[in-house]
Amino acid sequence: MSVVRVPPVLREEAGGAREVEASGATVRELLEDLASRLPALGARIYEDGEIRPYVNVYVDGEDVRTRGGLDAPVRDGATVVLLPAMAGGRGH
Amino acid sequence: MATETGTVAGSLLDLIGNTPLVELRQLSPEGVRIYAKLEGQNPTGSIKDRIALAMVDAADLRPGQELLEPTSGNTGISLALVAKLRGHKLTCVMPANATPERRLVLELYGATIVDSPADQGSNGAVRLAQEIAAGDDRYVMLFQYANEANPRAHYEGTGAEIVRDLPRVDAIVAGLGTGGTLMGTAARVREANPDVLVAAAEPLPGDPVMGLRSLDDGYVPPILDVSKLDRKLLVSNAESVVAVRALLDREGILAGVSAGAVVHVARRIAEELPEGSNVVAILADGGWKYLSADFWRSADVERSMETTLWW
Repeated sequence: MSVVRVPPVLREEAGGAREVEASGATVRELLEDLASRLPALGARIYEDGEIRPYVNVYVDGEDVRTRGGLDAPVRDGATVVLLPAMAGGRGH
Repeated sequence: MATETGTVAGSLLDLIGNTPLVELRQLSPEGVRIYAKLEGQNPTGSIKDRIALAMVDAADLRPGQELLEPTSGNTGISLALVAKLRGHKLTCVMPANATPERRLVLELYGATIVDSPADQGSNGAVRLAQEIAAGDDRYVMLFQYANEANPRAHYEGTGAEIVRDLPRVDAIVAGLGTGGTLMGTAARVREANPDVLVAAAEPLPGDPVMGLRSLDDGYVPPILDVSKLDRKLLVSNAESVVAVRALLDREGILAGVSAGAVVHVARRIAEELPEGSNVVAILADGGWKYLSADFWRSADVERSMETTLWW
């Protein structure tokens, strides 16, 4: 089981929780478990088997996109952080 | 970037770049050397001097044209200096709640300030700047997030200097904002060190900062190609400040918050590398602009910092 930290913008979909639990040995398994527990949250971050473009998923502080993406391993007890992709502003 | 002119410079702009690399002996794990590239030594005290000069010169303004940029940070100050010395007018668009010292320093350098709604954060500043630029063709918006002169300044400057100064580079670490530092520097360092590991330090914003941001506001800067990064690590405000304090206590370096995050990541990466490796940590600015912040002495660092995005 891992702890998933939910950013303010997605808390409504998580029933107001700052943190939720999910399990899985890979990011894919973990997000699918999360989507089955909280379908509204799942739909905002995970779509057609991919992490949505403006969502970053971090496992133990590392962006999974540089660690094998959905196949990145998740250890039991890991901390998972969901964040909106960010920078100084919206360009277009 | 900067041209060598001996001991006398013809202009402050000639002193941009060629920043020193200093070994962090106290903060490096045994067997690995971490070198800090001190970008705080640029004329206005940050790495942004490099891209400000490159972007302004690339824009090649015609008579009557003026510069416009949404920024309340280092980029604004750098642009204000370059604009002054190149003879251009500069308008900075910033959230109305930017700190008084940020506004004052820009005004003193001669920039005009336009307020954007405080509750819309930096996204609101970008939107307003785009509206102003669209409605008045006098204005040229450089927009560092999408300006190719930004990574190019780091390819030709930051990266080339690192290659010149260090025969072997095993990892480089820099903060992730526009992505310009990492993209440009990494491209140049990779040419000389094909296996170099490129790591980004990213800020974990506090809830009050994130609360302003919706997924629809999600934005990946056009100049950032995440596939060029080998590692991308999130650093909390508290972790950044621990490292900022360690830099000062143990190495005598008064650095900014993002520099703390970069050193935090550099130490983590250094622990994973074989003996004899060299890690370059790019420290974007000095600590002077942050002296009024509460975190230097606060017992609850995270709480004292959560309402601000620090880089």
